[in-house]
Amino acid sequence: MRKITLQLEPLSCPSCIKKIEGMLNKMEGMTEARVLFNASKVKVQFDEKRVSAEVIEKSIASLGYPVLSKKVA
Amino acid sequence: MNAKRTTWLTGIAAVLLASAFLLQWMGYVDARNVLLLLATGAAGIPIAVKAIRSLRMKTFSIELLVTIAVIGALIIGEYVESAAVTFLFMFGAYLEVRTLEKTRSSLKKLVDLAPSEATLLKDGELQVVSADSIEEGDRVIIRSGEKIAIDGRIAAGRGLVNEAAITGESVPVSKSIEDQVFSGTIAENGYLEVIAERVGEDTTFARIIELVEEAQESKSITQKFLDRFASIYTPMIVVLSVIVYLFTRNIEMTLTFLVIACPGALVISAPVSIVAGIGNGAKKGVLVKGGDIMERFAKVDVVVFDKTGTLTQGKPDVIDMHVWGMDERDFLKQIAEAEQVSEHHLGQTIVKEARKRGIVLANAPEDVEIVEGAGIQVNSGKRQVVIGNRKLMQKNDVRIEKAAQEYAAEREHLGNTVVFAAIGGELAGLVSIADQVRPEAKDAIQQLRKNGVKRVIMLTGDNRMTAEGIGNVLGLDQVHAELLPADKVSWIQKLKKEGHRVAMAGDGINDAPAIAAADIGVAMGEGGTDISMETADVVLMADKLDQFAHAYSLSKATVRNMKQNTVFAVGTVALLLAGVLLGKVFLAAGMLIHEASVLLVILNAMRLLRYTSRKPEDRKKRDRKRLLVE
Repeated sequence: MRKITLQLEPLSCPSCIKKIEGMLNKMEGMTEARVLFNASKVKVQFDEKRVSAEVIEKSIASLGYPVLSKKVA
Repeated sequence: MNAKRTTWLTGIAAVLLASAFLLQWMGYVDARNVLLLLATGAAGIPIAVKAIRSLRMKTFSIELLVTIAVIGALIIGEYVESAAVTFLFMFGAYLEVRTLEKTRSSLKKLVDLAPSEATLLKDGELQVVSADSIEEGDRVIIRSGEKIAIDGRIAAGRGLVNEAAITGESVPVSKSIEDQVFSGTIAENGYLEVIAERVGEDTTFARIIELVEEAQESKSITQKFLDRFASIYTPMIVVLSVIVYLFTRNIEMTLTFLVIACPGALVISAPVSIVAGIGNGAKKGVLVKGGDIMERFAKVDVVVFDKTGTLTQGKPDVIDMHVWGMDERDFLKQIAEAEQVSEHHLGQTIVKEARKRGIVLANAPEDVEIVEGAGIQVNSGKRQVVIGNRKLMQKNDVRIEKAAQEYAAEREHLGNTVVFAAIGGELAGLVSIADQVRPEAKDAIQQLRKNGVKRVIMLTGDNRMTAEGIGNVLGLDQVHAELLPADKVSWIQKLKKEGHRVAMAGDGINDAPAIAAADIGVAMGEGGTDISMETADVVLMADKLDQFAHAYSLSKATVRNMKQNTVFAVGTVALLLAGVLLGKVFLAAGMLIHEASVLLVILNAMRLLRYTSRKPEDRKKRDRKRLLVE
């Protein structure tokens, strides 16, 4: 189990939360995905055997939210 | 679509729109229409892209409504309308992001305080490394003006450290060997060598940031209500617009209705106030752990304090000495030498006082006898020294004169503890020791009362005499002494049953049950001890009671701000919809007002960032007082 925190560009509409969380939670190997609206961060817990940090980052970016930086723990 | 490109497209649309109006003024209608179509495209494509993306995620978005409205406008040939609406929508979104960033700025300022590099002393060499790569046990060098990257203990050097990032207090603190320093604080001058104890995400500073981020996310009751409201509101508006169309057969009016009804300002009205309020607190050293806590805190009418460490400093001090027949310094030297072996906190206080006055304690005591619950008897420098309470004096046949009796009684009435000391069988002096009341306590309690607290109560495990002394000094409504932690909990439960909203402020593990039982638990942070930071609803990072008073008035201001925003947002949408139905408000104008209302809501919340609980006149008065003192 690993944890990753991604910093996005400032989020402005609360509906973005649902969009990003909905997409991530449908992904394979996801334990928990949470969007911090005010900090514009996404915190994800995932199974590194089934999905990689790069795939998570790419999926968020392709939804229209470029990732500025990320921290894997 | 990244932020920069969107900003560019909005700018291009603005230029096209302005040129179009110029052409119209010059009479070129066809050329004008071309420019208007281009402007619609420039600003409209990002909107349409977002709309399609969220449609693929099966979510209903504001962008979708706008896209439908713009396509509708294009079909009926309203090019001015379509260009104006897309531009206003994009420009509004741009301004929203910019202003929202401002409301979040206090947290960003905090985050920026964490340094990215540090200097290590390794194998006798200095190395500059990134802050992330420091490990526990590394020796970190901090020079004058540098930020500290880790939590740790000073191994060498001394200096003045500004701990505002942790405590909100900007007066620098003097630190030397064995003192604790925190990540995010700044060494204003001096030189420090620090052994790293906590690094990276484990530092107090990193945990504060994380707590604040989580707090800003947690939803207030009002916010939850608004979310639920928005989720029935949006489909309701769709149904209503269908009804509008069936009645009027007017596509333009229906589309306008649909776009104007978007709950933009409504959805954002509560969260921006909370974010700004929590940000203000964090900057001033108060962690309020969520929007719901803000709302509950604002309703508090009874405040309960623990005594030791909360209303008082938690460190006993020698307040006064009364000495007969010898020099005060000499007296202190003799009894302090005797007390060197004592483990009792009163004894240690006497030793500490002697050291503070620069007295060298040379003679180690001989024949030490510790009398449990009474004091200490030693032979020091060939003379017998007896230090302790009245009982110990009586046991040793030491006579206590009337003057001494009176002095002792007087000090005890003030809540001090009086220690008797006899040298060579004669009473030589009295030492009065007290855990002093925090200097800001009285003002803070007054401010709490002014802001709506009806009763201030102290619950303590200490003896009745001391407790009542402090109750008198601070003018508390009730004082209950000699309580066990469980008794404190039942007092809080009793107050809650009477219908009060209770805040409980305490400092240690012994207060944790009472803190948990209260409606609002307030903990002294002491630079971040684990238990207090996790269990409490509100943490005072600098252990200062005026932060408590500030947090209370801040919570009231935040709730007030949130209400203003909600009323304003609901009112604007209602008025606009009425205007649309009466045929007075059209798409572009409606969009302009709609975006303006969102901005006003954010701007109103931004006022909270600058909120100070002291009125300007109070501050002036205080400054004048300070001048007089100096």
